[in-house]
Amino acid sequence: MSLVFYILSALTVAGGLAAMLLKNMVHCVLALTVAFAGLALLFLNLDAQFAGFAQILVYIGAVAILVVFAILLTRGSETPQEGIFSRTWQAGLAASAAVFAVLGWAVLHSMSQLPHETAMPDVNVRQIGQSLVGRYVLPLEIVAVLLTVALIGAVIIAMQEKEEPK
Amino acid sequence: MTPLTGYLLVAALLFSIGLAGALTRRNAILVLIGIELMLNAANLNLIAFWRYGPHPEALTGMMFAIFSIAVAAAEAAVGLGLVIQIHRHAKTTDLDQMNRMKG
Repeated sequence: MSLVFYILSALTVAGGLAAMLLKNMVHCVLALTVAFAGLALLFLNLDAQFAGFAQILVYIGAVAILVVFAILLTRGSETPQEGIFSRTWQAGLAASAAVFAVLGWAVLHSMSQLPHETAMPDVNVRQIGQSLVGRYVLPLEIVAVLLTVALIGAVIIAMQEKEEPK
Repeated sequence: MTPLTGYLLVAALLFSIGLAGALTRRNAILVLIGIELMLNAANLNLIAFWRYGPHPEALTGMMFAIFSIAVAAAEAAVGLGLVIQIHRHAKTTDLDQMNRMKG
């Protein structure tokens, strides 16, 4: 466990917490961007360069901007008077605390069975590309179809409805 | 504590934060943000198992994480489109006020 890991995980968790707790929604998205950046740095720390840069491109570059657009289009930056949490927030908090307790218990009690390879994986982008068009070509095609469907579907869903003919 | 345990614990914490946000926030967009955080925590698990598990040269965990990132991007686009359309229809993104399915 290195110091870098502790700093990066503290940054990521703090970003996630702030994204879920802040009142102003634009601030929430900025905190979310910090969490995504921390996750990308954690990926780089795990020697997964390709996934780290894909994380930066897709999440910080696309998803965060998309969320900002959605917030501004729905005028969500105004804080509601009734508060930012729903009426049943105690139940939600209890459920997520229970989930964390179960996950943490499972991780801590299976520590001896977890794999622990210390050798650094020798993987470059060329190998990733070759396995993307080799062994994983069918999932790649399915993801391509999914992205096309999502693109068309999002445009159709968000399209302005025509006025009903009277 | 092995490094893998640390990463798994951070991922579990992030997943729980995302779940708490998705379950407690009123605004539909912030619920989507919580779901994104949960997906990212799962990706961190996949990458950590790829790094510390046997046979990293098979690239299984890495490929899983990359496809998961692509699926999450598609999910975010469709989800935010749905939120914008609901806002246009119901004039709110407050989930506590959306209590009927009748158009």
